[in-house]
Amino acid sequence: MSRAEEQRSKGGTSALATEPRAGTEHTAPPRFGSSALLGVERIRADFPILASTVRGKPLVYLDNAATTQKPRVVIDAIAHFYAAENANVHRGVHWLSERATAAYEGARERVARFLGAGSAREVVFTRGTTEAINLVAQSWGRRFLRPGDEVLVTAMEHHANIVPWQLLAEQTGIVLRVAPVTDAGELDLDAFARLLSGRVKLVSVVHLSNAIGTINPVRRLAELARAHGVPTLVDGAQSASHLEVDVAALGCDFFAFSGHKVLGPTGIGVLWAREPLLEQMPPWQGGGDMITSVSFERSTWAPPPQKFEAGTPHIAGAVGLAAALDYLETIGRAAVAAHERDVLDYAIERVGALPGVRLVGTAADRASILSFAVAGVHPHDVGAVLDLEGVAIRAGHHCAQPIMERMGVSATARASFALYNTRDEVDTLVRGIERVRQVFG
Amino acid sequence: MSGLGELYQEVILEHNRSPRNYRRMDATDRHAEGRNPLCGDQLTVWVKLDGDVVSDVSFEGSGCAISKSSASLMTTAVKGKTRAEVLRLFERFQELVTGRLAPDGARESLGRLAVFSGISEFPVRVKCATLSWHALRAALAGTEAVSTE
Repeated sequence: MSRAEEQRSKGGTSALATEPRAGTEHTAPPRFGSSALLGVERIRADFPILASTVRGKPLVYLDNAATTQKPRVVIDAIAHFYAAENANVHRGVHWLSERATAAYEGARERVARFLGAGSAREVVFTRGTTEAINLVAQSWGRRFLRPGDEVLVTAMEHHANIVPWQLLAEQTGIVLRVAPVTDAGELDLDAFARLLSGRVKLVSVVHLSNAIGTINPVRRLAELARAHGVPTLVDGAQSASHLEVDVAALGCDFFAFSGHKVLGPTGIGVLWAREPLLEQMPPWQGGGDMITSVSFERSTWAPPPQKFEAGTPHIAGAVGLAAALDYLETIGRAAVAAHERDVLDYAIERVGALPGVRLVGTAADRASILSFAVAGVHPHDVGAVLDLEGVAIRAGHHCAQPIMERMGVSATARASFALYNTRDEVDTLVRGIERVRQVFG
Repeated sequence: MSGLGELYQEVILEHNRSPRNYRRMDATDRHAEGRNPLCGDQLTVWVKLDGDVVSDVSFEGSGCAISKSSASLMTTAVKGKTRAEVLRLFERFQELVTGRLAPDGARESLGRLAVFSGISEFPVRVKCATLSWHALRAALAGTEAVSTE
């Protein structure tokens, strides 16, 4: 797989990140890296929470893989919806309901553009990535998979791309297969290809690992799967905000992501799927808004995507998500990716150079996420000491226990970066880790 | 840096470095496992009773500095106590780490366990501090059908 396959390479550190890495001094980080190009100080001003102090220290928010912070425009869009446009959707004989419906369906169009989807009819709103994957398992999986059929995942999946298939296995007798990863945390492509030749009927893979930051070559994986007539689901929970995502270019069949990890609100997410697939899939939840007609004898379903959106949806969430995508694309996803790459590279270099610190996951192609272990110190204690320095990171298994075990750890400390993070914040992280080693040394 | 010192008092750091009674006993001795699925902490507590009195207690496992040092200090605090006394001490300890301890009087009964008072400022760590205690209580109840409470 070439690096060019992944969009972030297209966006290009080469094109946008001006600071040459060679000769960079640890003690004197350059003041005008990609931060200046991105205008990171201006961006930070767009996020009210970043001005906070926690435990008496300026907040350094490095837990973006858990959830990103929200720019003012998103907060305002949600407030404006409730203040000026709130009504239920798709049943509007009145003016407000028409407004709300237009806002909600406009958000669907916005998501379709963000994903490079052919049509907004391919965009189903869900609560998040987890619900989107469960939807595929329970609707597509139960309809099309037979006992003994296999679903192929990787060893670096989040629990959200493991457990839904285990539930399906209990219900239908399908078998979950796992493609192994190397010591560096990269997918073993040969093993993946070998596993594909079995009874695999669906490939379901994470795009960007939330635990170790590996970017999987999903375009290549989807191509291999397609050669076997197998559709591919991409878990884009992490990739949607850090890599450029174009479902047509990726060649996948399902793509799932969460609003709250792309600067949007919680409780809203997306399942994108090719239209013919959605048409063949049965509803998975029944209720209002997903029917054409209902009688006690028989009901008929609305066409997709409404068929998969039973009940009143998270309308304000969709509106907030659209505002988040507008914001992200105004800044430019390629510029964001280049900036994040600069900050990540700097963090890899500095944190990786600390004595007693081991980086967990060293794939050649990665983004945003730095998982590490401090010798002799439990990740929770690392997190607690950093917290007292105002630095928010995640400590634990990151809902990805199998990959933790594969990497030989039960848990890690994880710093994850977003467009508003800076090299200065990496310096604060490094000072915090040095403090950890003093306290527990 | 005051917060750091409150949470990780020197006694805590010292017990984390060199935990007391850190050993297994026979499988036939009373024991129970404590797990915190959120952070993957896992430890086993063994206990020997002489009549109703704790004659020996030990633990083993992996966890953060708070859970490990709390287990260590627990083993030093409960030896020689009756079951009822141990359970009362656990109650006091829970009150301490959740910030519900009566202002005066009760603290003395905790002795060195009082170093965990800083935990009440960090609610997420209460589970770490009480993991070994829950395991001890389960071990004590293990072969008994009746709780001593």
